[in-house]
Amino acid sequence: MDRKFERLQEIIESHEGRVSHLIAILQEVQEEYRYLPEEVLTYVATAMDISPATVYGVATFYSQFSLVPRGKYIVRVCDGTACHVRGSEPIHQALRESLELASGQTTTSDMQFTVETVSCLGACGLAPVVVINGDEVHGQTTKEAIVKAVKKIVSQEQQEENKNSSEMGCCQNA
Amino acid sequence: MLRSRAELNAFKEKALTKINSIEKRILVCAGTGCVANGSLKIFDRFKQLLNERPELAVDLELQKEHSHQGVDAHISGCHGFCQMGPLVRIEPRGTLYCKVQLDDVVEIFEEHIINNRLVTRLLYHDYQSQSPVETQDEIPFYKNQFRIALANCGRIDPDSIEDYIAHDGYQSLSRVLFEMTPDEVIREVLDSGLRGRGGGGFPTGRKWLFAREASGEKKYIICNGDEGDPGAFMDRSVMEGDPHRVIEGMMLAGYAVGADEGYIYVRAEYPLAVKRLRHAVATAVKSGLLGENILGSDFNFKINIKEGAGAFVCGEETALIASIEGERGMPRPRPPFPAVSGLWGCPTIINNVETLANLPAIVLKGAEWFSSIGVSTSTGTKTFALAGQVAHTGLVEVPMGLTLKEIVFDIGGGLRDNKVFKAVQIGGPSGGCLTREHLDLPLDYDSLQMAGAMVGSGGLVVMGEDTCMVEVAKFFMGFVQNESCGKCVPCREGTRGMLELLNRIVTGGGTEEDLSLLEELALIVKDGSLCGLGKTAPNPVLTTLKYFRSEYEAHVRDKKCPAGVCKDLLDYRIDPSTCKGCGLCKKLCPADAISGERKEPHWIDQEKCIKCGTCISKCKFGSIVTN
Repeated sequence: MDRKFERLQEIIESHEGRVSHLIAILQEVQEEYRYLPEEVLTYVATAMDISPATVYGVATFYSQFSLVPRGKYIVRVCDGTACHVRGSEPIHQALRESLELASGQTTTSDMQFTVETVSCLGACGLAPVVVINGDEVHGQTTKEAIVKAVKKIVSQEQQEENKNSSEMGCCQNA
Repeated sequence: MLRSRAELNAFKEKALTKINSIEKRILVCAGTGCVANGSLKIFDRFKQLLNERPELAVDLELQKEHSHQGVDAHISGCHGFCQMGPLVRIEPRGTLYCKVQLDDVVEIFEEHIINNRLVTRLLYHDYQSQSPVETQDEIPFYKNQFRIALANCGRIDPDSIEDYIAHDGYQSLSRVLFEMTPDEVIREVLDSGLRGRGGGGFPTGRKWLFAREASGEKKYIICNGDEGDPGAFMDRSVMEGDPHRVIEGMMLAGYAVGADEGYIYVRAEYPLAVKRLRHAVATAVKSGLLGENILGSDFNFKINIKEGAGAFVCGEETALIASIEGERGMPRPRPPFPAVSGLWGCPTIINNVETLANLPAIVLKGAEWFSSIGVSTSTGTKTFALAGQVAHTGLVEVPMGLTLKEIVFDIGGGLRDNKVFKAVQIGGPSGGCLTREHLDLPLDYDSLQMAGAMVGSGGLVVMGEDTCMVEVAKFFMGFVQNESCGKCVPCREGTRGMLELLNRIVTGGGTEEDLSLLEELALIVKDGSLCGLGKTAPNPVLTTLKYFRSEYEAHVRDKKCPAGVCKDLLDYRIDPSTCKGCGLCKKLCPADAISGERKEPHWIDQEKCIKCGTCISKCKFGSIVTN
């Protein structure tokens, strides 16, 4: 078996290949790959003995699933009613501007950030809310604060990259 | 492992003795809101301080015996006063400390715990008088509340089954198993007048009766935790703060209708609720409260947890069932109703989280007690999620029939930043808007329906005079259009058509004919859609058209947005009396619409202005004004 699909097979087997677990299987698969590549969907269908159309149908129905690659950091701007009336849209726009996302584009070209809106995170008491990678919650935030938080991640990533490249440089010299 | 009723009661007594031996109990809120503000670090610091003073600490683990009085620190579920978080409650007095920071922990510990002195600066200060309020119950936000579903939220540790049992947990279960027949349980719920808290308001007992009478060996109970209405978060709070209550409610329903298996369907956006529920189910299984021959009776029950994947329509019963079966979450026509043919074709009861959370109290205290709360056709309490431009945001559980004014002004403290009340949006995208004239309207199922709105899930978003109602209607239409599953034409095409019309109106291209077209389309979608999503989707449009028609007319007739929200309808002007002529706006304007000499007042060419708002956001002197 292709090594790439080994983990995939493990996930399917842990659910005993049950069709009623398809959503849970796709959730785990997405966690692994960060999105659902087409060949993965086909593999899931064959392994579970259901049509690729069924798998594709489920994968495209639920907003949690993505069929295109997403960034390392997923920034979700809550656009529930409470956040909306407290100005979530300007925050969303400011984020997009600071990450230089063109119209229609949701993921930065370096695959670092994906900016999306989400209907409601249920943290209305803290409106407006932005969540980074599911667990970093920024409540009662502002344009300035959230852009600053994202810029901080950018510079951390750059430092990390510089460190890695300088280490690689050392190795080459040696 | 609890094998009998006597063992449960003995366990309760033991747990109570331990709790009563605690002299002071520190409860740190670990709801989503407070966790986001760092409450877990605060809890860790309390724990650390306690560890440094072993003579004070008391261990609640039941295995260990102890005899001295002491101090104990625990996490708790959501208190509902999220805006004031992180919250720390100290019992037995019920002192509530608000907006506690990590650096405040030592002071609370030294002053309150050791020296019995209040840390006044961290108490809640009254909105008007600014005087400190010591206990949680005296705070206006809590004073008028009546908590049944949320009774334990913020008072017990959601991860501790001992704590739940000590607070009468699983007593209702034990009562029905040994004292009541399934028919008696259904009768009790019917008599209580409990109606579904998820939106529809269908009498819970009557729904159960259908499933009880339906033929079939296998029946299911589903707990609907797919709380998708933007602006509502009471179900999240109950699942996170008191998960055992949800489990007990499901078991009562299971016993009544003859089901031995249940599913809890939780939306993907609530990871903490999933975690707490999983833990609660596992401990209930370990304690013998879930499984076979529960407490020595012949009742069996197991619970599975299913996570949603982000689809609002899955809150609809038949769509939710399809989703549990692993399919696209699309609704199907009813009848047959799920109570007759639901999950895998078996009779299935779907109850909302808040509905289930009311059941243990109804069984324990009786139908008469429950029906004495609220008003005649809407008994009991309802939890509302108060949000938007209100001074105190959070969850409030109040008797049915309280007026809008009492909730927004007495409990919510009125509007923030001295804004003027304009409207509330109640019941999410399925609900409607209420205006100033409804301030004395009692909030119950029937009164709201008559006003064209609905209780819905209980989201209550308060809006001030600077909110544009047309834009709000467009916001909700955008939401339902996006969430429409696409199965039936009226909803799929109708919501799209309405959104297009609304877009045209807010960008200045609308005509008066568009308003009547919008109204006509709304009625068609309402009548023709397959499921509740489509049937209620036009409500925000219809109620705003009814109560704020003049605002719509201003948009189409005068091309003006009275609230000053719709950008395309604004005229930007420079106030010559305050403009310093710094030239910043002129430099930044992408359309070259601004001209003027340095140090002289500038002006905007309306022909060229693209209304992007750059100038207004950059002007340091506030000289750029809109009409």
